[in-house]
Amino acid sequence: MKSLEEINQKILSGDAVVMTAEEVSRMSLEYTPSEILKKVDIVTTATFAPMCSSGMFINFGHTDPPIRMERITLNNVPVHAGLAAVDAYIGATENSPFNERYGGANIIEELISGKEVKLKAWAKGTDCYPETEVEAVITKNTVNEMILFNPRNAYQNYPCAVNSSGKILYTYMGSLLPDLGNATFSTSGELSPLLNDPYLRTIGIGTRIFLCGTQGYISWYGTQCRTSGERNEFGVPVANSATLAVIGNAREMNSNYIKAAYFEKYGVTIFIGIGIPIPLLDKDMAAAVSVRNDQIHTKVCDYSIPGHPEIGRVNYAQLFSGYINLKNRKIRTASLSSVYTSRLIADELRSWIKNKKFLLTQPLELFPQDKNLNSLQRSL
Amino acid sequence: MKKRLVLTFPANRVEDPIVYHLIKDFDVLVNILNADITPGREGKLLVELKAPSDNMAKAEEFMLHRNIKLSPAIKNILLRENECVHCGSCSAVCFADALRMDIKTRKLIFSPDKCIACELCLKACPLNLFSLNLA
Repeated sequence: MKSLEEINQKILSGDAVVMTAEEVSRMSLEYTPSEILKKVDIVTTATFAPMCSSGMFINFGHTDPPIRMERITLNNVPVHAGLAAVDAYIGATENSPFNERYGGANIIEELISGKEVKLKAWAKGTDCYPETEVEAVITKNTVNEMILFNPRNAYQNYPCAVNSSGKILYTYMGSLLPDLGNATFSTSGELSPLLNDPYLRTIGIGTRIFLCGTQGYISWYGTQCRTSGERNEFGVPVANSATLAVIGNAREMNSNYIKAAYFEKYGVTIFIGIGIPIPLLDKDMAAAVSVRNDQIHTKVCDYSIPGHPEIGRVNYAQLFSGYINLKNRKIRTASLSSVYTSRLIADELRSWIKNKKFLLTQPLELFPQDKNLNSLQRSL
Repeated sequence: MKKRLVLTFPANRVEDPIVYHLIKDFDVLVNILNADITPGREGKLLVELKAPSDNMAKAEEFMLHRNIKLSPAIKNILLRENECVHCGSCSAVCFADALRMDIKTRKLIFSPDKCIACELCLKACPLNLFSLNLA
C-alpha cells in the first residue's frame, strides 16, 4: 500500500519510479502485481485520437461602442453565440458553409498555433450594447481567454467497425470497405488511460492531466459515460463505456497534440492528446495497469446494418497485429488512434513528473459506478 | 525487367488498342493496375510491364511514337510525411501494402514503389496529407 501523498513526496525528492503503461504491461509477463507495486510508483497512460465532442470557449474582449454578439463567424465558420456579449463556443465539428473540409477544429488549431483568424459578429443592438456589426482580426494574444472544454473525450474502449454491405461506407470510423474489406478501431489499447483504471479508482473529477501539451483537468464525467456495461474476466469493459469531460488553457497548448481532421463524407473533427498518470496505490492498481492488449476485448460492429449490431469479438493484440479473423475470413485492420503520438505523450508526461513539474491529484469526487445510457424516444 | 508506369493517352488515342500491341508485337507482360479511360478524353492507365530490356525499349519507343506519355508510377501519390501523426487510417484501405504500420514503432511506412495509385488513401487520410501528382 502507498498513499498518494507518499508518491508525491517521492516525486519531489526525485525518487519516484515512473513507467509508461506499455512498459508495465511488458513487465507483467515477468513480475507479479505485488512485485510491480514495489518497483513502480506511477504509470503514465495516453491517447491521441479523433474526439468529436470537443470545443473551445473564447472571450474576444469588448469593442467601443460595445456589441452583444448574437451571430458570430470565425473565418466564415459559424460558432455558438448564445452566451454573454463577447463569449463564444467553437464546436470542433462546426462546418464552414463554403468548404466541407474546414470547420471549428481548424479554427481551434489555428488559434492555438498563433495564426490570425477573422471574426465577424452581428447583433440587433440594445441600449447597453448599441453596436450591430463588428469585424476584427483576432489571435491568441488579442483575446481574453481560450478555454478548451471537451464534453466527451478518452472513451474507455470502443467497438471495432466493419461493413458487410456491397458499397464503401464513409464514417467517423474512417472508410469502411465493402464486403468486410477492412476493420477499423480507435484506441491506444494497453496504453489508453481508462483501460488502465477500469473501475476509475484514481481517475475522477479534479484529476490533473496532460491535455494537448499543457496541464489540464478532468472537470466531470463525460457525456454518454457508462459505467454499468459488460466487462471481461479482467474487469475491462468490452464496448464503449466511461468517458471524460476535460478542461484546460488552450493558449498554452501545443498544436502537435491537437489537430484538425476531416473524415470523408462525415465531416470535420479533431485529434485530442490526453495523458493521465495513475498512482500505484495497492496491488489491485498494479494488476489493473498491467493489463495487456490480449486481455482487452472489444465488440466488432457492422456499420452497414441499422443499430450497428455486434457480429464478433476480438482482442487488441489481434487488432494491432494488422489482421483479424472474422466469419472465416482474414480481415485487414487499422487504428484511427495514433499509438505513436500516444507514446510521445506518455513519455512527455513522464518527463514532467520526473522533473517535478507535475504532481498527482486525489480526485475530488469519483464517477458514479451505476451510470447507464438513455436513448432518445421519438415523438414523430 | 519490370517497370511500373502511368501511360497517358491523348484524347485521339484512347480508342487505339495499345495494350494489344504491347503484348502481341513486343511480348510484354502487361498487368493493368488502374485505369481511367473515357472515349474522347485524355486517358490514364497504370500498368506494370515485364519484358526483356530490349523488348521493353522497343515497346516504350512504340508508345512514345504514338504520343503516349510515359511517367514512372512512383511519382503519383505524394505524402506530406512530416505532418503525419501516424494514426493508420490510410493503411486500412491500402491493399497494395504501400501504406502499412510498423508493428513495433507504430509509425506509418510508405513504400511508393508498391503503390498502384488506387487513390483510396486520398480520402482515408483525416489530415488530407496525400495528393495525386499527375504531372
